[in-house]
Amino acid sequence: MKQLALLIDLNVCVGCSACVTSCKEWNTSGWAGPMSDFNPYDANPTGTFFNRVQTFEVGTFPNTETIHFPKSCLHCEDPPCVPVCPTGASYKREADGIVLVDYDKCIGCKYCSWACPYGAREFDQYQKVMKKCTLCVDRIYDQTLPETERKPACVLACPTSARLFGDVHDPDSDVSQLIRERGGYQLMPEWGTHPSNHYLPRHKVHFTIHEDELQRSDNPLKKEGVLPDLPKDQQTSEDIFTSW
Amino acid sequence: MHPAFSVIFLSTLIGVGQGLFLALYTGQIYAMMHLLPTQESHSFYAVGSVLAFFFLAAGLFASIFHLGRPMRGWRAMSQWRTSWLSREVIILPVTLCLVGAYAACHYFSWTTPFFTLAETYPIDPSLVVGAVATISTFALFLCTGMVYAGLKFLQAWYTPLTILNYVLLGGASGFTLAAAFSAYLGTEIVSFYALWAILLTSIAFMIRLSSLIRNSQLKSPSTLQTAIGVRHSIIAQKTQGAMCGSFNTREFFHHQSDERLKTVKTLFLFLVFPTPISLIILALSGIFSVNLLISAFIIQYFGLIFERWYFFTEASHPQNLYYQTVG
Repeated sequence: MKQLALLIDLNVCVGCSACVTSCKEWNTSGWAGPMSDFNPYDANPTGTFFNRVQTFEVGTFPNTETIHFPKSCLHCEDPPCVPVCPTGASYKREADGIVLVDYDKCIGCKYCSWACPYGAREFDQYQKVMKKCTLCVDRIYDQTLPETERKPACVLACPTSARLFGDVHDPDSDVSQLIRERGGYQLMPEWGTHPSNHYLPRHKVHFTIHEDELQRSDNPLKKEGVLPDLPKDQQTSEDIFTSW
Repeated sequence: MHPAFSVIFLSTLIGVGQGLFLALYTGQIYAMMHLLPTQESHSFYAVGSVLAFFFLAAGLFASIFHLGRPMRGWRAMSQWRTSWLSREVIILPVTLCLVGAYAACHYFSWTTPFFTLAETYPIDPSLVVGAVATISTFALFLCTGMVYAGLKFLQAWYTPLTILNYVLLGGASGFTLAAAFSAYLGTEIVSFYALWAILLTSIAFMIRLSSLIRNSQLKSPSTLQTAIGVRHSIIAQKTQGAMCGSFNTREFFHHQSDERLKTVKTLFLFLVFPTPISLIILALSGIFSVNLLISAFIIQYFGLIFERWYFFTEASHPQNLYYQTVG
Protein backbone atom coordinates (compact mmCIF):
# COMPACT_ATOMS: atom_id res chain seq x y z
CA MET A 1 0.00 0.00 0.00
CA LYS A 2 1.24 3.42 -0.92
CA GLN A 3 1.85 6.06 1.78
CA LEU A 4 2.73 9.43 0.37
CA ALA A 5 4.59 11.69 2.76
CA LEU A 6 7.06 14.52 3.10
CA LEU A 7 10.64 14.17 4.26
CA ILE A 8 12.10 17.33 5.75
CA ASP A 9 15.85 17.76 5.88
CA LEU A 10 16.67 19.93 8.90
CA ASN A 11 20.27 20.23 7.68
CA VAL A 12 19.36 22.47 4.81
CA CYS A 13 16.17 24.23 5.88
CA VAL A 14 17.05 27.91 6.14
CA GLY A 15 13.70 29.05 7.48
CA CYS A 16 12.82 31.22 4.49
CA SER A 17 9.10 30.32 4.67
CA ALA A 18 8.84 29.88 0.90
CA CYS A 19 7.00 26.61 1.60
CA VAL A 20 4.55 28.50 3.82
CA THR A 21 3.70 31.12 1.22
CA SER A 22 3.59 28.74 -1.74
CA CYS A 23 1.33 26.39 0.23
CA LYS A 24 -0.98 29.25 1.08
CA GLU A 25 -0.96 30.54 -2.49
CA TRP A 26 -1.76 27.16 -4.05
CA ASN A 27 -4.37 26.09 -1.53
CA THR A 28 -6.13 29.42 -1.16
CA SER A 29 -6.70 29.54 -4.94
CA GLY A 30 -7.99 25.99 -5.24
CA TRP A 31 -11.42 24.43 -5.61
CA ALA A 32 -11.79 24.03 -1.86
CA GLY A 33 -12.21 27.75 -1.22
CA PRO A 34 -9.92 30.33 0.32
CA MET A 35 -7.86 29.86 3.46
CA SER A 36 -9.23 32.89 5.19
CA ASP A 37 -7.21 35.67 6.77
CA PHE A 38 -8.36 38.25 9.28
CA ASN A 39 -6.77 41.72 9.47
CA PRO A 40 -4.12 40.68 6.91
CA TYR A 41 -2.82 44.25 6.50
CA ASP A 42 -3.74 45.56 9.92
CA ALA A 43 -2.79 45.13 13.54
CA ASN A 44 -3.02 41.56 14.85
CA PRO A 45 -3.23 39.66 11.57
CA THR A 46 -4.23 36.02 11.81
CA GLY A 47 -5.27 33.36 9.38
CA THR A 48 -5.41 29.73 8.35
CA PHE A 49 -2.25 27.95 7.28
CA PHE A 50 -1.52 24.32 6.45
CA ASN A 51 2.17 24.69 7.04
CA ARG A 52 4.22 26.87 9.35
CA VAL A 53 7.96 27.21 9.88
CA GLN A 54 9.07 27.55 13.49
CA THR A 55 12.51 28.36 14.80
CA PHE A 56 14.23 26.85 17.81
CA GLU A 57 17.54 27.70 19.40
CA VAL A 58 19.46 24.78 20.84
CA GLY A 59 22.16 25.21 23.48
CA THR A 60 23.42 28.30 25.29
CA PHE A 61 25.25 31.24 23.77
CA PRO A 62 27.82 31.14 22.22
CA ASN A 63 27.41 27.42 21.57
CA THR A 64 24.02 27.61 19.93
CA GLU A 65 22.45 26.14 16.87
CA THR A 66 19.42 27.54 15.11
CA ILE A 67 16.93 24.96 13.90
CA HIS A 68 14.26 25.95 11.44
CA PHE A 69 11.45 23.51 11.81
CA PRO A 70 8.62 23.31 9.24
CA LYS A 71 5.48 21.65 10.59
CA SER A 72 2.39 20.53 8.71
CA CYS A 73 0.04 17.54 8.94
CA LEU A 74 2.17 14.41 9.30
CA HIS A 75 -0.39 12.11 7.62
CA CYS A 76 -0.10 9.54 10.41
CA GLU A 77 -0.33 5.86 9.58
CA ASP A 78 -2.66 5.54 12.58
CA PRO A 79 -4.29 8.99 12.61
CA PRO A 80 -6.01 9.67 15.97
CA CYS A 81 -7.99 12.52 14.38
CA VAL A 82 -9.93 10.22 12.02
CA PRO A 83 -11.89 7.83 14.31
CA VAL A 84 -13.06 10.66 16.60
CA CYS A 85 -14.76 12.60 13.79
CA PRO A 86 -18.52 12.29 14.37
CA THR A 87 -19.47 12.95 10.73
CA GLY A 88 -16.89 10.98 8.79
CA ALA A 89 -15.57 14.23 7.29
CA SER A 90 -12.06 13.29 8.40
CA TYR A 91 -10.72 10.30 6.56
CA LYS A 92 -7.55 8.58 5.46
CA ARG A 93 -7.37 7.58 1.81
CA GLU A 94 -6.81 3.88 1.23
CA ALA A 95 -5.01 4.42 -2.04
CA ASP A 96 -2.20 6.74 -0.94
CA GLY A 97 -2.58 7.27 2.81
CA ILE A 98 -3.34 11.00 2.61
CA VAL A 99 -5.45 12.23 5.54
CA LEU A 100 -8.12 14.62 4.30
CA VAL A 101 -11.13 16.60 5.52
CA ASP A 102 -14.31 16.70 3.45
CA TYR A 103 -15.19 20.39 3.85
CA ASP A 104 -18.79 19.67 2.80
CA LYS A 105 -19.33 17.21 5.66
CA CYS A 106 -17.38 18.96 8.43
CA ILE A 107 -19.60 20.50 11.11
CA GLY A 108 -16.76 22.45 12.69
CA CYS A 109 -16.92 20.81 16.13
CA LYS A 110 -13.09 20.96 16.40
CA TYR A 111 -12.98 17.57 18.12
CA CYS A 112 -10.42 16.23 15.61
CA SER A 113 -8.04 19.05 16.49
CA TRP A 114 -8.24 18.02 20.15
CA ALA A 115 -7.27 14.51 19.11
CA CYS A 116 -4.17 15.59 17.14
CA PRO A 117 -1.09 15.83 19.38
CA TYR A 118 0.80 17.90 16.79
CA GLY A 119 -1.63 20.79 16.38
CA ALA A 120 -1.62 20.15 12.65
CA ARG A 121 -5.25 21.11 12.05
CA GLU A 122 -6.52 24.65 11.87
CA PHE A 123 -10.11 25.83 12.06
CA ASP A 124 -11.07 28.26 9.30
CA GLN A 125 -12.88 31.14 11.00
CA TYR A 126 -14.63 32.15 7.79
CA GLN A 127 -15.68 28.81 6.29
CA LYS A 128 -16.27 27.39 9.80
CA VAL A 129 -14.71 24.03 8.96
CA MET A 130 -11.52 22.29 9.99
CA LYS A 131 -8.65 22.47 7.51
CA LYS A 132 -5.32 20.78 7.12
CA CYS A 133 -2.52 19.91 4.71
CA THR A 134 -3.79 17.90 1.74
CA LEU A 135 -0.32 17.08 0.38
CA CYS A 136 -1.65 19.13 -2.57
CA VAL A 137 -3.86 16.22 -3.58
CA ASP A 138 -5.33 18.44 -6.32
CA ARG A 139 -1.89 18.93 -7.81
CA ILE A 140 0.04 15.67 -7.45
CA TYR A 141 -2.41 13.76 -9.67
CA ASP A 142 -3.07 16.57 -12.16
CA GLN A 143 -2.40 15.04 -15.59
CA THR A 144 -2.33 18.48 -17.23
CA LEU A 145 0.82 19.40 -15.32
CA PRO A 146 4.25 18.23 -16.50
CA GLU A 147 5.32 15.22 -14.48
CA THR A 148 8.09 17.10 -12.65
CA GLU A 149 5.50 19.55 -11.29
CA ARG A 150 3.20 16.87 -9.87
CA LYS A 151 4.50 17.52 -6.37
CA PRO A 152 3.16 19.49 -3.41
CA ALA A 153 3.58 23.24 -3.81
CA CYS A 154 5.87 23.47 -0.77
CA VAL A 155 8.26 20.88 -2.22
CA LEU A 156 8.52 22.75 -5.52
CA ALA A 157 9.06 26.07 -3.76
CA CYS A 158 11.83 25.02 -1.39
CA PRO A 159 15.04 26.71 -2.61
CA THR A 160 17.34 24.36 -0.70
CA SER A 161 15.51 21.08 -1.43
CA ALA A 162 14.86 20.64 2.26
CA ARG A 163 11.46 19.15 1.41
CA LEU A 164 11.24 15.83 -0.36
CA PHE A 165 8.09 14.03 -1.39
CA GLY A 166 7.53 10.35 -2.02
CA ASP A 167 6.14 6.99 -0.98
CA VAL A 168 7.53 5.97 2.40
CA HIS A 169 6.21 2.43 2.00
CA ASP A 170 8.27 1.80 -1.12
CA PRO A 171 11.71 0.76 0.20
CA ASP A 172 13.39 1.89 -3.02
CA SER A 173 11.95 5.40 -3.14
CA ASP A 174 14.30 8.34 -2.59
CA VAL A 175 12.59 9.28 0.63
CA SER A 176 12.73 5.75 2.05
CA GLN A 177 16.42 5.45 1.20
CA LEU A 178 17.20 8.76 2.86
CA ILE A 179 15.19 7.89 5.95
CA ARG A 180 17.07 4.60 6.15
CA GLU A 181 20.54 5.92 5.48
CA ARG A 182 20.42 9.18 7.38
CA GLY A 183 18.34 8.25 10.40
CA GLY A 184 15.04 9.85 9.45
CA TYR A 185 12.80 10.16 12.51
CA GLN A 186 9.17 10.79 13.44
CA LEU A 187 7.79 13.45 15.80
CA MET A 188 6.44 12.46 19.24
CA PRO A 189 6.80 8.70 18.68
CA GLU A 190 5.53 8.16 22.24
CA TRP A 191 1.87 8.49 21.18
CA GLY A 192 1.91 5.62 18.70
CA THR A 193 0.49 7.67 15.86
CA HIS A 194 3.23 6.57 13.43
CA PRO A 195 3.53 9.79 11.45
CA SER A 196 4.32 9.26 7.77
CA ASN A 197 6.23 12.51 7.44
CA HIS A 198 9.80 12.11 8.60
CA TYR A 199 12.57 14.53 9.49
CA LEU A 200 16.25 14.10 8.70
CA PRO A 201 18.36 15.02 11.73
CA ARG A 202 21.03 17.69 11.54
CA HIS A 203 24.55 16.37 11.39
CA LYS A 204 27.77 18.28 11.75
CA VAL A 205 30.69 17.65 9.41
CA HIS A 206 33.92 17.28 11.41
CA PHE A 207 37.46 17.15 10.01
CA THR A 208 40.85 17.63 11.60
CA ILE A 209 43.60 19.91 10.19
CA HIS A 210 47.16 19.10 11.17
CA GLU A 211 49.81 21.81 11.61
CA ASP A 212 51.79 20.79 8.50
CA GLU A 213 48.66 21.02 6.38
CA LEU A 214 48.47 24.77 7.04
CA GLN A 215 51.82 25.22 5.25
CA ARG A 216 51.87 23.91 1.69
CA SER A 217 54.91 21.66 1.61
CA ASP A 218 54.68 21.54 -2.17
CA ASN A 219 54.42 25.32 -2.61
CA PRO A 220 55.77 25.86 -6.16
CA LEU A 221 57.15 29.30 -5.32
CA LYS A 222 59.25 27.89 -2.53
CA LYS A 223 60.38 24.94 -4.61
CA GLU A 224 61.74 27.03 -7.48
CA GLY A 225 63.31 29.54 -5.12
CA VAL A 226 61.30 32.31 -6.70
CA LEU A 227 60.09 34.85 -4.22
CA PRO A 228 56.93 36.88 -4.57
CA ASP A 229 57.21 40.43 -5.91
CA LEU A 230 58.11 43.14 -3.43
CA PRO A 231 55.47 45.75 -2.64
CA LYS A 232 55.30 48.39 -5.43
CA ASP A 233 56.92 51.20 -3.40
CA GLN A 234 59.93 49.06 -2.56
CA GLN A 235 60.63 47.91 -6.10
CA THR A 236 63.65 49.25 -7.98
CA SER A 237 63.49 49.94 -11.72
CA GLU A 238 65.54 46.76 -12.28
CA ASP A 239 62.89 44.72 -10.53
CA ILE A 240 60.26 46.21 -12.80
CA PHE A 241 62.27 45.48 -15.97
CA THR A 242 63.09 41.90 -15.00
CA SER A 243 59.51 41.20 -14.09
CA TRP A 244 58.63 41.74 -17.76
CA MET B 1 -7.46 23.78 26.79
CA HIS B 2 -9.57 26.83 26.18
CA PRO B 3 -12.85 26.55 28.14
CA ALA B 4 -15.77 26.76 25.68
CA PHE B 5 -18.93 28.01 27.34
CA SER B 6 -21.20 26.14 24.93
CA VAL B 7 -19.70 22.84 26.10
CA ILE B 8 -19.67 23.95 29.76
CA PHE B 9 -23.41 24.66 29.59
CA LEU B 10 -24.10 21.51 27.56
CA SER B 11 -22.46 19.18 30.05
CA THR B 12 -23.72 20.87 33.23
CA LEU B 13 -27.32 21.29 32.00
CA ILE B 14 -27.72 17.75 30.71
CA GLY B 15 -26.10 16.55 33.93
CA VAL B 16 -28.85 18.25 35.96
CA GLY B 17 -31.53 16.89 33.61
CA GLN B 18 -30.17 13.35 33.82
CA GLY B 19 -29.74 13.55 37.59
CA LEU B 20 -33.25 14.93 38.11
CA PHE B 21 -34.77 12.18 35.98
CA LEU B 22 -32.83 9.52 37.88
CA ALA B 23 -34.01 11.07 41.16
CA LEU B 24 -37.66 10.96 40.07
CA TYR B 25 -37.37 7.39 38.85
CA THR B 26 -35.57 6.30 42.02
CA GLY B 27 -38.44 7.85 43.98
CA GLN B 28 -40.95 5.94 41.90
CA ILE B 29 -39.13 2.63 42.41
CA TYR B 30 -38.99 3.22 46.17
CA ALA B 31 -42.69 4.08 46.15
CA MET B 32 -43.49 0.95 44.14
CA MET B 33 -41.63 -1.11 46.71
CA HIS B 34 -43.69 0.62 49.38
CA LEU B 35 -40.59 2.15 50.95
CA LEU B 36 -41.82 5.68 50.31
CA PRO B 37 -45.30 7.20 50.11
CA THR B 38 -46.60 7.23 46.52
CA GLN B 39 -46.57 10.66 44.87
CA GLU B 40 -49.20 12.05 42.63
CA SER B 41 -48.55 11.22 38.98
CA HIS B 42 -49.62 14.55 37.55
CA SER B 43 -48.12 17.17 39.76
CA PHE B 44 -45.00 15.37 40.89
CA TYR B 45 -43.64 12.97 38.26
CA ALA B 46 -45.07 14.67 35.17
CA VAL B 47 -43.99 18.20 36.16
CA GLY B 48 -40.66 16.92 37.49
CA SER B 49 -39.78 15.04 34.33
CA VAL B 50 -40.87 17.98 32.17
CA LEU B 51 -38.36 20.00 34.20
CA ALA B 52 -35.69 17.35 33.49
CA PHE B 53 -36.71 17.44 29.81
CA PHE B 54 -36.14 21.21 29.70
CA PHE B 55 -32.70 20.90 31.25
CA LEU B 56 -31.74 18.26 28.66
CA ALA B 57 -33.19 20.36 25.84
CA ALA B 58 -31.35 23.45 27.08
CA GLY B 59 -28.12 21.44 27.04
CA LEU B 60 -28.78 20.29 23.50
CA PHE B 61 -29.49 23.89 22.50
CA ALA B 62 -26.24 25.07 24.10
CA SER B 63 -24.29 22.45 22.14
CA ILE B 64 -25.42 24.02 18.84
CA PHE B 65 -23.28 27.07 19.62
CA HIS B 66 -20.21 24.88 19.68
CA LEU B 67 -20.58 23.94 16.03
CA GLY B 68 -19.15 25.96 13.17
CA ARG B 69 -21.83 24.56 10.84
CA PRO B 70 -24.87 23.71 13.02
CA MET B 71 -27.11 23.04 10.01
CA ARG B 72 -24.98 20.00 9.22
CA GLY B 73 -25.21 18.79 12.82
CA TRP B 74 -27.34 15.78 11.84
CA ARG B 75 -24.32 14.30 10.08
CA ALA B 76 -22.74 13.82 13.50
CA MET B 77 -24.92 10.74 14.03
CA SER B 78 -23.16 8.75 11.32
CA GLN B 79 -19.88 7.63 12.93
CA TRP B 80 -21.21 5.88 16.03
CA ARG B 81 -18.94 2.92 15.30
CA THR B 82 -15.78 4.84 16.16
CA SER B 83 -16.62 8.22 17.67
CA TRP B 84 -17.83 8.80 21.23
CA LEU B 85 -18.96 12.25 20.17
CA SER B 86 -21.18 10.70 17.51
CA ARG B 87 -22.59 8.28 20.11
CA GLU B 88 -23.31 11.22 22.42
CA VAL B 89 -25.08 13.05 19.59
CA ILE B 90 -27.33 9.98 19.10
CA ILE B 91 -28.00 9.17 22.74
CA LEU B 92 -28.80 12.74 23.84
CA PRO B 93 -31.98 13.12 21.71
CA VAL B 94 -32.90 9.51 22.55
CA THR B 95 -32.70 10.29 26.27
CA LEU B 96 -34.62 13.50 25.68
CA CYS B 97 -37.43 11.58 23.95
CA LEU B 98 -37.51 8.86 26.61
CA VAL B 99 -37.70 11.41 29.44
CA GLY B 100 -40.47 13.10 27.43
CA ALA B 101 -42.25 9.74 27.12
CA TYR B 102 -41.86 9.18 30.85
CA ALA B 103 -43.43 12.58 31.47
CA ALA B 104 -46.27 11.71 29.07
CA CYS B 105 -46.90 8.38 30.86
CA HIS B 106 -47.41 10.26 34.10
CA TYR B 107 -49.27 13.21 32.61
CA PHE B 108 -51.81 11.00 30.85
CA SER B 109 -51.90 8.66 33.86
CA TRP B 110 -50.85 5.58 31.92
CA THR B 111 -50.17 3.96 35.22
CA THR B 112 -52.50 0.98 35.13
CA PRO B 113 -50.28 -1.98 36.04
CA PHE B 114 -49.63 -4.57 33.31
CA PHE B 115 -49.09 -7.15 35.98
CA THR B 116 -48.04 -7.36 39.60
CA LEU B 117 -44.63 -8.79 40.31
CA ALA B 118 -44.52 -11.21 43.26
CA GLU B 119 -48.05 -10.01 44.03
CA THR B 120 -46.70 -6.83 45.64
CA TYR B 121 -44.89 -4.76 42.98
CA PRO B 122 -47.21 -3.34 40.30
CA ILE B 123 -45.42 -2.92 36.94
CA ASP B 124 -46.97 -0.13 34.87
CA PRO B 125 -46.00 1.58 31.56
CA SER B 126 -44.30 4.51 33.30
CA LEU B 127 -42.03 2.07 35.13
CA VAL B 128 -41.03 0.31 31.92
CA VAL B 129 -40.39 3.57 30.01
CA GLY B 130 -38.51 4.85 33.03
CA ALA B 131 -36.29 1.76 33.08
CA VAL B 132 -35.37 2.25 29.40
CA ALA B 133 -34.81 5.96 30.03
CA THR B 134 -32.53 5.11 32.97
CA ILE B 135 -30.37 2.92 30.75
CA SER B 136 -30.28 5.70 28.17
CA THR B 137 -29.37 8.25 30.85
CA PHE B 138 -26.41 6.19 32.00
CA ALA B 139 -25.37 5.59 28.39
CA LEU B 140 -25.41 9.37 27.93
CA PHE B 141 -23.23 9.85 31.01
CA LEU B 142 -20.81 7.27 29.60
CA CYS B 143 -20.71 8.93 26.16
CA THR B 144 -20.26 12.44 27.57
CA GLY B 145 -17.48 11.19 29.83
CA MET B 146 -15.78 9.21 27.08
CA VAL B 147 -15.71 12.22 24.73
CA TYR B 148 -13.09 13.57 27.17
CA ALA B 149 -11.76 10.36 28.73
CA GLY B 150 -11.10 8.85 25.30
CA LEU B 151 -8.46 11.38 24.22
CA LYS B 152 -5.20 9.84 25.33
CA PHE B 153 -3.08 12.91 24.60
CA LEU B 154 -5.10 14.93 27.11
CA GLN B 155 -3.84 13.05 30.12
CA ALA B 156 -5.81 15.06 32.68
CA TRP B 157 -8.98 13.65 31.12
CA TYR B 158 -7.72 10.21 30.13
CA THR B 159 -8.94 8.43 33.26
CA PRO B 160 -12.11 6.63 34.46
CA LEU B 161 -12.35 9.41 37.08
CA THR B 162 -13.61 11.69 34.30
CA ILE B 163 -16.64 9.47 33.66
CA LEU B 164 -17.27 9.00 37.38
CA ASN B 165 -17.05 12.74 37.82
CA TYR B 166 -19.70 13.36 35.15
CA VAL B 167 -22.03 10.71 36.62
CA LEU B 168 -21.63 11.86 40.22
CA LEU B 169 -21.82 15.60 39.61
CA GLY B 170 -24.83 15.16 37.31
CA GLY B 171 -26.46 12.93 39.92
CA ALA B 172 -25.63 15.26 42.82
CA SER B 173 -27.05 18.35 41.11
CA GLY B 174 -30.13 16.40 39.93
CA PHE B 175 -30.91 15.03 43.39
CA THR B 176 -30.39 18.48 44.94
CA LEU B 177 -32.87 19.86 42.43
CA ALA B 178 -35.25 16.97 43.18
CA ALA B 179 -35.05 17.83 46.89
CA ALA B 180 -35.80 21.49 46.16
CA PHE B 181 -38.61 20.51 43.78
CA SER B 182 -40.27 18.12 46.23
CA ALA B 183 -39.94 20.68 49.01
CA TYR B 184 -41.52 23.32 46.79
CA LEU B 185 -44.48 20.99 46.15
CA GLY B 186 -44.64 20.32 49.87
CA THR B 187 -44.32 16.55 49.59
CA GLU B 188 -43.15 14.38 52.46
CA ILE B 189 -40.22 12.78 50.59
CA VAL B 190 -37.89 15.82 50.76
CA SER B 191 -35.57 14.15 53.22
CA PHE B 192 -35.21 11.10 50.94
CA TYR B 193 -33.89 13.25 48.08
CA ALA B 194 -31.93 15.47 50.45
CA LEU B 195 -30.07 12.51 51.92
CA TRP B 196 -29.31 11.13 48.45
CA ALA B 197 -28.09 14.59 47.39
CA ILE B 198 -25.77 14.78 50.42
CA LEU B 199 -24.47 11.25 49.75
CA LEU B 200 -23.84 11.84 46.02
CA THR B 201 -22.27 15.26 46.61
CA SER B 202 -19.94 13.76 49.22
CA ILE B 203 -18.84 10.90 46.93
CA ALA B 204 -18.44 13.37 44.06
CA PHE B 205 -16.24 15.50 46.32
CA MET B 206 -13.93 12.57 47.00
CA ILE B 207 -13.75 11.63 43.30
CA ARG B 208 -13.08 15.25 42.25
CA LEU B 209 -10.39 15.61 44.89
CA SER B 210 -8.71 12.41 43.72
CA SER B 211 -8.76 13.59 40.11
CA LEU B 212 -7.27 16.95 41.21
CA ILE B 213 -4.50 15.12 43.07
CA ARG B 214 -3.93 12.77 40.13
CA ASN B 215 -3.75 15.65 37.66
CA SER B 216 -1.35 17.66 39.79
CA GLN B 217 1.15 14.80 39.53
CA LEU B 218 0.89 14.18 35.80
CA LYS B 219 4.04 14.13 33.75
CA SER B 220 3.69 14.27 29.99
CA PRO B 221 5.75 11.79 27.97
CA SER B 222 6.11 14.54 25.37
CA THR B 223 8.82 17.14 25.71
CA LEU B 224 10.23 19.74 23.36
CA GLN B 225 12.92 17.14 22.63
CA THR B 226 10.45 14.54 21.36
CA ALA B 227 8.33 17.24 19.72
CA ILE B 228 11.07 18.40 17.35
CA GLY B 229 13.34 15.38 17.67
CA VAL B 230 16.47 17.14 18.89
CA ARG B 231 18.43 15.51 21.67
CA HIS B 232 19.61 18.47 23.73
CA SER B 233 18.53 19.53 27.18
CA ILE B 234 18.38 23.23 26.32
CA ILE B 235 15.96 24.16 23.55
CA ALA B 236 14.28 27.55 23.32
CA GLN B 237 11.62 28.48 20.82
CA LYS B 238 12.29 31.65 18.85
CA THR B 239 9.37 31.79 16.39
CA GLN B 240 6.15 29.84 16.02
CA GLY B 241 5.14 30.70 12.48
CA ALA B 242 2.64 33.41 13.44
CA MET B 243 3.10 36.74 15.20
CA CYS B 244 -0.42 37.41 16.42
CA GLY B 245 -1.75 34.01 17.34
CA SER B 246 -3.38 31.25 15.39
CA PHE B 247 -6.01 28.59 15.92
CA ASN B 248 -3.34 26.69 17.83
CA THR B 249 -2.89 29.45 20.39
CA ARG B 250 -6.61 30.20 20.69
CA GLU B 251 -8.01 26.69 21.07
CA PHE B 252 -5.43 24.92 23.19
CA PHE B 253 -4.33 27.56 25.71
CA HIS B 254 -6.52 28.93 28.49
CA HIS B 255 -4.52 32.20 28.73
CA GLN B 256 -5.36 32.47 32.43
CA SER B 257 -3.10 33.48 35.27
CA ASP B 258 -2.22 30.93 37.95
CA GLU B 259 -3.94 33.13 40.50
CA ARG B 260 -7.24 33.08 38.64
CA LEU B 261 -7.05 29.31 38.21
CA LYS B 262 -6.44 28.93 41.93
CA THR B 263 -9.38 31.22 42.72
CA VAL B 264 -11.71 29.28 40.42
CA LYS B 265 -10.57 25.98 41.91
CA THR B 266 -11.19 27.18 45.46
CA LEU B 267 -14.52 28.67 44.39
CA PHE B 268 -15.86 25.51 42.75
CA LEU B 269 -14.60 23.26 45.54
CA PHE B 270 -16.51 25.50 47.95
CA LEU B 271 -19.67 26.07 45.88
CA VAL B 272 -20.24 22.55 44.54
CA PHE B 273 -19.57 20.53 47.67
CA PRO B 274 -19.62 21.95 51.25
CA THR B 275 -22.02 24.86 50.64
CA PRO B 276 -24.95 22.83 49.21
CA ILE B 277 -24.38 20.07 51.79
CA SER B 278 -24.54 22.59 54.65
CA LEU B 279 -27.62 24.26 53.18
CA ILE B 280 -29.36 20.90 52.75
CA ILE B 281 -28.55 19.92 56.33
CA LEU B 282 -29.88 23.30 57.52
CA ALA B 283 -33.01 22.78 55.42
CA LEU B 284 -33.52 19.31 56.92
CA SER B 285 -33.45 20.87 60.38
CA GLY B 286 -36.63 22.63 59.39
CA ILE B 287 -36.18 26.38 58.95
CA PHE B 288 -36.95 27.98 55.53
CA SER B 289 -36.44 24.58 54.00
CA VAL B 290 -37.85 25.38 50.53
CA ASN B 291 -35.77 28.50 49.96
CA LEU B 292 -32.67 26.87 51.39
CA LEU B 293 -32.99 23.86 49.10
CA ILE B 294 -33.60 26.03 46.04
CA SER B 295 -30.55 28.15 46.87
CA ALA B 296 -28.54 24.95 47.49
CA PHE B 297 -29.32 23.88 43.92
CA ILE B 298 -28.61 27.30 42.37
CA ILE B 299 -25.31 27.64 44.25
CA GLN B 300 -24.30 24.10 43.29
CA TYR B 301 -25.13 24.74 39.63
CA PHE B 302 -23.06 27.93 39.57
CA GLY B 303 -20.27 25.98 41.19
CA LEU B 304 -20.56 23.35 38.47
CA ILE B 305 -20.01 26.00 35.79
CA PHE B 306 -16.75 26.92 37.55
CA GLU B 307 -15.94 23.21 37.93
CA ARG B 308 -16.37 22.53 34.21
CA TRP B 309 -14.42 25.67 33.33
CA TYR B 310 -11.59 24.45 35.53
CA PHE B 311 -11.87 20.97 34.03
CA PHE B 312 -10.96 22.45 30.64
CA THR B 313 -8.05 24.51 31.95
CA GLU B 314 -6.67 21.43 33.73
CA ALA B 315 -6.00 19.64 30.46
CA SER B 316 -2.71 20.48 28.83
CA HIS B 317 -2.45 19.59 25.15
CA PRO B 318 0.88 18.27 23.79
CA GLN B 319 0.61 20.58 20.78
CA ASN B 320 1.27 23.48 23.18
CA LEU B 321 4.94 22.46 23.13
CA TYR B 322 5.14 23.89 19.61
CA TYR B 323 3.65 27.24 20.64
CA GLN B 324 5.69 28.44 23.61
CA THR B 325 7.06 31.73 22.24
CA VAL B 326 5.59 34.16 19.73
CA GLY B 327 8.93 35.40 18.42
